[in-house]
Amino acid sequence: MRTIDVKLIVDNISEMCIEANHFLSQDMKCALENAAIQEKAPLGKQILEQLQENLQIAGEDMIPICQDTGMAVVFMEIGQDVHFEGGVLEDAINEGVRRGYVDGYLRKSVVKDPIYRDNTKDNTPAIIHYSIVAGDQVKITIAPKGFGSENMSRVFMLKPADGIEGVKNAVLTAVRDAGPNACPPMVVGVGIGGTFEKCALMAKQALTRPVNEHSEIPYVRELEEELLSKINASGIGPGGLGGSTTALAVNINTYPTHIAGLPVAVNICCHVNRHVVRVLD
Amino acid sequence: MDKYINVPFGAEDVANLHAGDYVYLTGTIYTARDAAHKRMYEALQKGESLPLEIKNNVIYYMGPSPAREGRPIGSAGPTTASRMDKYTPALLDLGLIGMIGKGKRSEEVKAAIVRNGAVYFAAVGGAGALLSRSIIESEVIAYDDLGTEAIRRLKVEKFPVIVVIDSQGNNLYETAIQEYRTEA
Repeated sequence: MRTIDVKLIVDNISEMCIEANHFLSQDMKCALENAAIQEKAPLGKQILEQLQENLQIAGEDMIPICQDTGMAVVFMEIGQDVHFEGGVLEDAINEGVRRGYVDGYLRKSVVKDPIYRDNTKDNTPAIIHYSIVAGDQVKITIAPKGFGSENMSRVFMLKPADGIEGVKNAVLTAVRDAGPNACPPMVVGVGIGGTFEKCALMAKQALTRPVNEHSEIPYVRELEEELLSKINASGIGPGGLGGSTTALAVNINTYPTHIAGLPVAVNICCHVNRHVVRVLD
Repeated sequence: MDKYINVPFGAEDVANLHAGDYVYLTGTIYTARDAAHKRMYEALQKGESLPLEIKNNVIYYMGPSPAREGRPIGSAGPTTASRMDKYTPALLDLGLIGMIGKGKRSEEVKAAIVRNGAVYFAAVGGAGALLSRSIIESEVIAYDDLGTEAIRRLKVEKFPVIVVIDSQGNNLYETAIQEYRTEA
């Protein structure tokens, strides 16, 4: 049994929110650099170079990479031998988000009610996903999600007979419909299987996987490669203004499902695919 | 083709702007996004006046992150324009000359752009740190209670945008994609 003071959660989450909004992970930076080299369209290349410059300015001047600093999505993987003290864990997570967004000059983009829409003015509450795992560590992943691309995400409840072609069609439809709205080059997270909510969660989790890592399942890996190549043949390009770089990666997660169903979720993320991971041990 | 124009601008400038032009804007523009548009639209329906002069002005669909001390503004890139589509034709009919955002527009907006001789520009989405360098001053002029969604008057210098829909109705999003499409 390990005891963790929730103050540690507050401090870490606050720092992670600020870090995620000013610095992209190394895999994302490399993917963007390679894209700028390989892009065929002159305007597309210019946009990709501006994105590099934008990242540099963000880090040097501590200005968020994008003004949409997102809704804070928090994945908590908690070892079952961990005990929290000093307060309620969920309150601590939200306090960390509040401090990160207020102290870190991040935009407050959350409204209290989806219809009446008063801004909560501190970007809380966060969207929190807990999982209980073996051991005595706590792994925190913060993935601030902007809504330009979130709004273009989709869930398709396909029939088993639609098969893998149906899945490809669903992903390509979502990407084509998203077009310039989702700030391409995008990262495409896909969840296949499970239930309605499980496939959506898998698609979100897929976005936190490094863009240079593929699925370990051979057919899923092939599907990731094929879809990426098809998406990049769409012509949408950087900023949706034409080109050969529409997506940087397609990351797919799968799960067992029901005999009657084939749920597919497509969670689209812009080129500011932010995620920071810390393990408290 | 690179062009430099001062904002506000008039019909003669619009006539020279074509889909695909890279344009640097210098002068004064106004920010408004979802909540400010809703409020302006409701004001017009009630016959009230708007908090800014619409004629010949440019609206930037943008809600910035907070400014650090000594800086005019925080990160300041465009938001998705289509959410403003419902409210836009009424503003274009009042003389709004330009909009800066990102993403597709509805047929109704496109028709209103052509009807009124206006222009829709895109700024590079997700480049808010870079774009903030072209903004020299920022002042909230209305709807302060909306926070990031308040209406701001911005002074911009060589603010980089690309003409997407011009006054003839040409749409770069449609033509550019065809050019680089390689799938069947």
